[in-house]
Amino acid sequence: MDVAIVGIGIHPFGRTPERSGMQQGAFAARAAMRDAGVDFKDMEFAYGGSHSAGSADSLVDELGLTGLPFTNVANGCATGGSALMSACYAIKSGEFAMGLVVGFDKHERGAFNADPQSLGIGAWYGESGLMLTTQFFAMKIAKYMHEYGISRRALARVAEKAFANGAKNPNAWRRTSLGEEEILGSTMVNDPLTKFMFCSPAEGGVALVVCRADRAPRYTAKPVLIRGAALRSRRYGSFEVFAPSQALEHTPGPTVDASRAVFEMAGVGPADIDVAQLQDTESGAELMHMAENGFCEDGEQEHMLRRGETRIDGRLPVNTDGGCLANGEPIGASGLRQIHENVVQLRGAGGARQVPGDPRLAYSHVYGAPGISAVTVLQR
Amino acid sequence: MPAHHKLKPQVTGRRGRSFTEALMSSNAHLPALDRGFNPPLDAHTARPIGEGLFTWPADNPALLCSRCQRCGRAAFPARDSCPACCSGEVRVEELPRRGALWTYTIQRFMPKPPYNSGETRDTFQPYGVGYVELPGAVRVEGRLTENDPAKLEIGMPMEVVFYPYRRDADGAERVNFAFRPVSGRNSGGR
Repeated sequence: MDVAIVGIGIHPFGRTPERSGMQQGAFAARAAMRDAGVDFKDMEFAYGGSHSAGSADSLVDELGLTGLPFTNVANGCATGGSALMSACYAIKSGEFAMGLVVGFDKHERGAFNADPQSLGIGAWYGESGLMLTTQFFAMKIAKYMHEYGISRRALARVAEKAFANGAKNPNAWRRTSLGEEEILGSTMVNDPLTKFMFCSPAEGGVALVVCRADRAPRYTAKPVLIRGAALRSRRYGSFEVFAPSQALEHTPGPTVDASRAVFEMAGVGPADIDVAQLQDTESGAELMHMAENGFCEDGEQEHMLRRGETRIDGRLPVNTDGGCLANGEPIGASGLRQIHENVVQLRGAGGARQVPGDPRLAYSHVYGAPGISAVTVLQR
Repeated sequence: MPAHHKLKPQVTGRRGRSFTEALMSSNAHLPALDRGFNPPLDAHTARPIGEGLFTWPADNPALLCSRCQRCGRAAFPARDSCPACCSGEVRVEELPRRGALWTYTIQRFMPKPPYNSGETRDTFQPYGVGYVELPGAVRVEGRLTENDPAKLEIGMPMEVVFYPYRRDADGAERVNFAFRPVSGRNSGGR
């Protein structure tokens, strides 16, 4: 049984002081149901998650007390991807025909302050100042630049593209283009990454209505099929965030594993993908994830970025809505934002940021603590 | 030869010496670290930042890992089973004191709690963070004594040092570990 996305909704990302995280989730859910022409009482089930803005199942207070089974999903940065996968399984099982997937969040300003003990690490790790995702991304890209001859200019190019795309996205948080020099010259945060190379925690909500593919034409003229979805955790030997030590031997990370699995599931390869949304917690992450997801060889990014191949009009447009860099990262909503953007692109509804040439296959990828990755392939 | 212990690390070394003596004997050139170094302190009141991270007090402190008795792989901090092969047959042993810098960054902003260094916004100093590859064992993440990126380079030799990190409300000094570039002058000895 194939699964289709028939409705999408988003609450603008950024800072919305007048709405709680949950209200932003409800806003997105109503928009998604309106998009599909259905009501909350048509939802047979729901999966949802938020990291810092309350239990997603409390949304029934906002949306309606219909008695549906609503399951909370808490899987860090892969919360949205995991919720979507769960919804796929629910429909594939034949138990349900239509349901809601929702993610929302609202974070404080500044870098995340994760609690080491919640991840099974001693308190000393946080007290010593090692419990920061920003350090991990900086150390990973520093090593990668050293190994593959990537320049700081390439990092600036990723961020410059993100803000240029964000400027064309009415739902983005940061909608002002920035030049490469301004990005390179901004405050150094974690060498070699400057302030404008990092995304910030933020707020937002995204929802999807999914249903059995054979019933999709009832709800939309442009259904989008979920061709594959995969989630993987780290294996021994991969270099991951929040790791007091790492192995001497090297094993590919969860992104590589999830990516291979999803391409096999979908029966397509990286060369078939027309548009991709890749985790860009900072510019180095997008650059490395291009290779980890199979879109290029290690080191090729330098000339791909120089030639603009990942811009909206390039060979492989990446993060067409501005990614995390321009939208911020509300953890519960961030992965679903990527799915939302891919559906927009596959419907041809991207407006000023529409990828030319009627894209048919779209890819999305999230990565997060403590070394997990969720990826999807969508098809028009 | 690394000493083998059961998983509860046994504290070795002479008790009752001053903290300064313990540090100076193992790290004769230590006071390059310019913050909070307030000798003399008693080794009984100076406590490690985390239990089981390193031998303390000890003549020559060392980081501790668990070494799998089945596949031979090491993990830091020591744990009850092997993360590679899942075997429960592990022993705690000392890690090498020297290795090579694998990657690094400089932490330029003061982290939010649970960061607890005793610093305030006014006294915060950026610090280096890196992974040091300890030969035959594991790459350990730690603070670096150096915070000038111009003086750090991937592959450079590093050594572990133990130093007073902060003072708790009860007055006890907490000892942390860090990695320091091995200078040419000292690179010959231990």
